[in-house]
Formats: sequence, C-alpha cells, structure tokens
Amino acid sequence: MPFKRYVEIGRVALVNYGKDYGKLVVIVDVVDQNRALVDAPDTVRSQMNFKRLTLTDIKIDINRVPKKKTLIDAMEKADVKNKWENSSWGRKLIVQKRRASLNDFDRFKLMLAKIKKAGIVRQELAKLKKETAA
Amino acid sequence: MAGKRKTPVKTRNPDLIRGVGKYSRSKMYHKRGLWAIKAKHGGVFPRHDPKPKAPVAPEKAPKFYPAEDVKKPLLNKRKPKPTKLRASITPGTVLILLAGRFMGKRVVFLKQLTSGLLLVTGPFKINGVPLRRVNQSYVIATSTKVDISGVNVEKFDDKYFAKEVEKKKKGEGEFFEAEKEDKKTLPDEKKEDQKAVDGSLIKSIEGVADLKVYLAARFSLKSGMKPHELVF
Repeated sequence: MPFKRYVEIGRVALVNYGKDYGKLVVIVDVVDQNRALVDAPDTVRSQMNFKRLTLTDIKIDINRVPKKKTLIDAMEKADVKNKWENSSWGRKLIVQKRRASLNDFDRFKLMLAKIKKAGIVRQELAKLKKETAA
Repeated sequence: MAGKRKTPVKTRNPDLIRGVGKYSRSKMYHKRGLWAIKAKHGGVFPRHDPKPKAPVAPEKAPKFYPAEDVKKPLLNKRKPKPTKLRASITPGTVLILLAGRFMGKRVVFLKQLTSGLLLVTGPFKINGVPLRRVNQSYVIATSTKVDISGVNVEKFDDKYFAKEVEKKKKGEGEFFEAEKEDKKTLPDEKKEDQKAVDGSLIKSIEGVADLKVYLAARFSLKSGMKPHELVF
C-alpha cells in the first residue's frame, strides 16, 4: 500500500493540535525533516511540526514561499474552500461543530425530530412487511 | 465652633506628594486669612472658653461584677453585599433546576428578589412548578429566552413567601388530642396570583414551536453527554 498524500509545496493540511486546531493551512516550504513552513489566508506564516498536521487530498499550484496575495489567489483558483466543504471529511467536521454548538432547546427539538422520523420509517416498514406477507 | 460653612472646604493646600504640601506654613497662614481674622479682633485670634459643663452625678459601683475581667467581643461592621446575578440570567431566561422537589424541571425566570433568590414560575399549568424562590447556585441558565413583557411581577417580594407563624397554646390536652390540623390549603389569593402571572406567559410560550413541550419535559443527563462540553 503506497502513500497517496505527500508532503509537498502546495499540500493543504489540517492542523490537529495547538492554538490553530481545526484550521486548514498550506505547506509552503519544508524547514527540515520534522518541520514545515505553513501559511493560510487568515494566519501569519509560521513553522509547524509535521506531527501537528494531517495531510488532505487537496493540493494547490504555488511556488516555494509565495506572497500572501499569490497564495490567496492560488487558493481561490483551486477552490480549496468548496472542495473541502464538499468532501466527506470536511462535511463530517461541519456536522461535528454544529452538534457541539447545539442549545439545550435545540437538542430537545432534535430528539423530537428523531422520534418522528423513526415513527415514519417504522410505519413504512410495517406497510412493506404486510405487502410481502400477503 | 463658630463660623461653620455649609459645605466643608476641600484643602487649600494640594499635595505635591503624599505628606508634602504645595504651600509653606507662612503661605498657608496668608491663604487661610488668619491675618484678616486677627485684624478683625484687634490683633488677637479669637478664642472661646469652653462652656461650663453641667455637674455629672458620680457613678455608683455596680452590684455585681465578674471576678475576672471579661473581654468585649470586637465590633463587626460588615454589611453583606447584594447577591450578584450571573450575566446569563435575564428576565425570561429558561432555567434548569438542579435540586429539590422540582429537580430537572425547566422553568422561566421572572426576577431577582432583594434577598438574592430568584423568583421563578413553571408556568404552573405546563410543568407544575408554582411561583417559587430558587437559589442561583442550584440552577443552570440556558440561552433560551421567553418574552416576559406582559407579566407584572412588582408585587412579589420575600415577604410574600414568608412562612405563616402558628400560635401554639401550652396545655396537656394538646398531646392527647388527635392532630386537628389537616393539610394546609393554598389561599385563593396565591392561586389568583399564579394565574395572573401565567396567563400572558403561556401565550408567549405557545407562540414558539415546541417550547411548551420543552418546558413540560424534565432535563436529564444521558449516556455520552459531557456537562462541561455541553452548550446550554
């Protein structure tokens, strides 16, 4: 099983530890065996250990250490934001965030909706069972 | 003393640093106008002899005094501050009661009383919680708010909730007779108050979808719920 996602200039990664937890960043240069120079439209360019990054499938086309404006333009061109939000990983994260931010009242309404949905599904199932039995 | 002003003068000698005034003694003498007062009274500063005091009757020794000197306890002038209301609790907030008979019930907050306790109502028709006082510490404030503008809570204060004092008569017969008192019924006035407060509240609650059912249900921690991670 070969590797599919490589550390390269332009690789988009997710920060999985530290102050910028959960942010998408672009690898802009490699410092040494363990560290990368990393940049994002809303953060200052800084170094990060690879252990703090999880590589994604997304890659953009940039030169080594581009200017901020060039980086932002390249990200727009590759449509990183939409690609991320439509990927299953990205969608999962969005759902997790939404669930964590639910109010007590929201959780109650969610419970009512789940019960209602389960009721409908069970009704349909009973109908289908009846049809196959008959 | 003669010549008292209506408002006391703030000092004419401002501090340069704590302990050091701006003006010297001679300058202050001039500023205070002591020279003018002396001039008015012929070069002498006016002095008033103390008024003759009425003769004080000599104190008699008390009949009893303790053998050893008794220490007087130190004076305590502490005044407790009014209880601070959490910023998340505003009139109309839905609160979750955490202890007592109505543990877990979701309840509407009306106002904070002078004793610091929170005045709260179910509303009674929805979840059986009457107008009640509750301590802030035994309450979780949710971010759900109910419109409370139609409710008048002016008349409720701590005295309204005070227990009624019963007069007990001393007598042997009391112990042998059966307890005459049956359950104390709630006076009609309090029932009317409850209805008045709940009337407009229930209308505004029914305006929001599912809110009535929400208030009727109790809160409980289920498996997997981590209170420190939950957003209320």
